[in-house]
Amino acid sequence: MRLYRTLRLALRALTRNPLRALLTTLGIVIGVGAVIAMMEIGTGSSTAIKKTIASMGANVLLILPGTAASGGVSFGMGSVNTLSPDDCTAIARECPSVRSAAPIVRARAQLVYGNRNWVPNLMDGTTPSFLNIRDLNNLSEGEPFTERDILNGNRVCLLGPTIVRELFQGESPIGKEIRVKNVSFRVVGVLPAKGANMMGMDQDDILLAPWTTIKYRVTGSTLSNANQSAASSATNTVNSLSNLYPGTASDLYPATSDVQAADNPMPVRFATVDQILASAISTEEIQNAIRQISALLHERHHIREGEPDDFNIRDMTEMTKTLTSTTTLMGNLLLCVAMISLVVGGVGIMNIMLVSVTERTREIGLRMAVGARPSDILRQFLVEAIVLCLSGGALGILLGHGGSTLVALLLHWPVQTSPAAIVTAVAVSVTLGLAFGFYPAWKASRLDPIEALRYE
Amino acid sequence: MQLIELNRIDKTYHMGDFEVQVLKDITMAIGEGEMVALMGASGSGKSTLMNILGCLDRPTSGEYWLDGEEVSRLSLDQRALLRNGKIGFVFQNFNLLPRTSALDNVAMPLSYAQDNPSEREARLRAKEMLERVGLGERIDHEPSKLSGGQQQRVAIARALINRPRILFADEPTGNLDSRTSVEVLHMFQRLNQEDGVTIILVTHDPNVAHYAQRVIHIHDGQIASGIYDAQTPKEEGQA
Repeated sequence: MRLYRTLRLALRALTRNPLRALLTTLGIVIGVGAVIAMMEIGTGSSTAIKKTIASMGANVLLILPGTAASGGVSFGMGSVNTLSPDDCTAIARECPSVRSAAPIVRARAQLVYGNRNWVPNLMDGTTPSFLNIRDLNNLSEGEPFTERDILNGNRVCLLGPTIVRELFQGESPIGKEIRVKNVSFRVVGVLPAKGANMMGMDQDDILLAPWTTIKYRVTGSTLSNANQSAASSATNTVNSLSNLYPGTASDLYPATSDVQAADNPMPVRFATVDQILASAISTEEIQNAIRQISALLHERHHIREGEPDDFNIRDMTEMTKTLTSTTTLMGNLLLCVAMISLVVGGVGIMNIMLVSVTERTREIGLRMAVGARPSDILRQFLVEAIVLCLSGGALGILLGHGGSTLVALLLHWPVQTSPAAIVTAVAVSVTLGLAFGFYPAWKASRLDPIEALRYE
Repeated sequence: MQLIELNRIDKTYHMGDFEVQVLKDITMAIGEGEMVALMGASGSGKSTLMNILGCLDRPTSGEYWLDGEEVSRLSLDQRALLRNGKIGFVFQNFNLLPRTSALDNVAMPLSYAQDNPSEREARLRAKEMLERVGLGERIDHEPSKLSGGQQQRVAIARALINRPRILFADEPTGNLDSRTSVEVLHMFQRLNQEDGVTIILVTHDPNVAHYAQRVIHIHDGQIASGIYDAQTPKEEGQA
């Protein structure tokens, strides 16, 4: 009741001079508008950037086998194969923070199609999950290989656009056969273009095939030949004695060997993979995923407390951190500018309120004479300032929201409405009203009624 | 006990190193239902006395009994409350709120009243008051649309809205022409006689003072004459 009357009084006092009220509150309008627009555009772009980072593989975890060490000599990363395809399935199944996991078997070999040849940068044997993890799902042509292809070790592959360009020259590669180390692969799909990665490596120069195919048909690895990287990189090894499978470079009769491979599939028992690629369900869950994966692998590999790990987990922390800190920094910077304009607006309000107190000295004196207590006067002017700031804030929210919508429409910037920004803006404008309205209101309440009544 | 009793009131202003004693040892009484004129040349201290009587100011020393209550030592808030409930003011320059309707002007003191009447009741009472001062037709007019006499009558209605015991009028006719002055003064007389409101007129004009039952002359901060009513002389030394 009492407050309602004070509120009405404040509204009446403000509407007595609407133009001045509008000009006074303009500072707040612009300030709050700026804050809202900043925050909406800021959250919009940071969400967009997060999405981009995620598609670049910021959520991706790379699990590498550990190092072999003998007599104090370490052989470096990947010198022992400790990861099995079963590890990969277990990770995907048992770690709640992991969205999916895919094994990777690496090879390096020449591709031949017709009279053209090419050595792809990456030749990965994997599972369809890989496409999920690396965000390659929307193939530009064809279809991905399936789990059945993996079980059967089918000779199918997906090609990156670079390879398609080099080998096929505008022809559609779907259904064509290419030869990899004299094993023929049917092209079932073409990967979407990804361009270069952050290190400048061409990500389109890639061949994907079922990992069983790469492992047992291309690299021809066996238990006696466990070191994958050594086997795959040593393309010119002369190893005629243990040459049971095709794919080793010094094979003279590829056709025979191919049939042999098809007739005698390698029993998959102690298979190992070169790497496991996993993706966390979100950027925030990366640390949890790492913890869960290492706990799982400790259990599966029977590693006791205090023993060195036989694997390494790498994440893209650096990339994620750099990019998120950049957006946060930008957002904070813009927010600072907006805050400064809010303070300037507040000072404007204080200025006008002081003028208003001087102008209305007689009114204040009269109100005191008829029984207004100093606290009544204080409250009246304070409420006036808050009303001014609040309505400025409301206008600012409209302005800011309109501005960011305009930006979204005209410049196609990603914009996201943020309720937090609106709450902040309202809180800030009330606080400003209180802070900058207090001094003039206090000054008004301290007036001497006799002097005030006599004021000309 | 009288409505107003002053006992040895002093008021001293400090202006730098100087002390100016504006009121010197004032002892007087005003009874309920009286209509008194406070006269004196400018600088005589009559305004200071009115401010003290109207609880706008506090005496430097002495006692002021208002309606059986010692009010000279009350706090700012207590005096505000007292002014709101027991005292009405009418000023020379009307002091109406600009761009505010007559009704809202009159109802204004109610928003500070202790009994805190509802919005509807406040409007009703204000309307009633305006009708009593003969402005029932002009409740929505703003002060700038009213003549001086009408403005002063709005001010009187405002002063009376809380049904005060005492009405202070500081040069109420100073800004009015002689015809409207007479109207306003007649209104004061009627209020005094019909409603029993104690009225204290502060003026330097003998023609205005003439309307009062008793005239108190202030000279150099002291009461020169008129401490007692001519008709009912009282003994000296009221406690």
